[in-house]
Amino acid sequence: MKQIDWSSLVINESGKAVKKFMYVNRHAPHGTIYPLEGLEVVLIGAAFDQDVSMAFIGDGVFQLNKGQDTADSGMKNVALTYGALGDYEVTKLYVEQESLDERGLELNDLMNLTWEDEEENWAEKPSIQVVSRAQLSDLLEQQDVILNF
Amino acid sequence: MAFEINGKTYETDEEGYLANLSDWNTDVAGRMATEDDCDLSENHWEVIKFLRDYYEEYQIAPAVRVLTKAIGKRLGKDKGNSKYLYELFPYGPAKQACKYAGLPKPTGCV
Repeated sequence: MKQIDWSSLVINESGKAVKKFMYVNRHAPHGTIYPLEGLEVVLIGAAFDQDVSMAFIGDGVFQLNKGQDTADSGMKNVALTYGALGDYEVTKLYVEQESLDERGLELNDLMNLTWEDEEENWAEKPSIQVVSRAQLSDLLEQQDVILNF
Repeated sequence: MAFEINGKTYETDEEGYLANLSDWNTDVAGRMATEDDCDLSENHWEVIKFLRDYYEEYQIAPAVRVLTKAIGKRLGKDKGNSKYLYELFPYGPAKQACKYAGLPKPTGCV
């Protein structure tokens, strides 16, 4: 983890310093516990009024794939829970373009995840942003805390 | 732990949350409320119903902050505030209402 530059910290409503947290998701869903654990940490962490974003790299992009069905595996369908991220005010989901390309996926293959902007009369806005590897690298550079799942 | 209604046994965890989501029915909610000396009104049922729908859609029980905001949006500002929800569920709206709704303890409940 890099050194925190305290002079650049933003202060939130309760007078506490806001840090930039990025949760980086690198695993395909359902095969391992990583995506589920990562998602739970994001939802729990969302209670602390920090600047939270998620990144999806490599096989991690499959987590956002549309139409996942876990019925035959007897497991809970975790994919549905990504739909609640907007309610938890987690509104920045960065998906790496190159990772999509390498897997023959495009934005249309991903779930339509949105958040509602209370300040604009609950206008629905997209949460997923497709970014290039270079852009994502810049975003990673801006974070105070990076957690990998 | 467990309790019995009309000869059927319902398993719960050590905090009284229903072990099997699919076991839930309105009698279960009523029984849990009675044990807490809580009379379930229309307003209680409205929140319980909301939580069950939320779980069905997203597979999680919402944290109290999320619940409050979502209730405000769906049922009106006069209901989407902590005062109203804590009056209905004094043990904590997310915790107590989720229990009656047969859901696990809320994600992000710290």
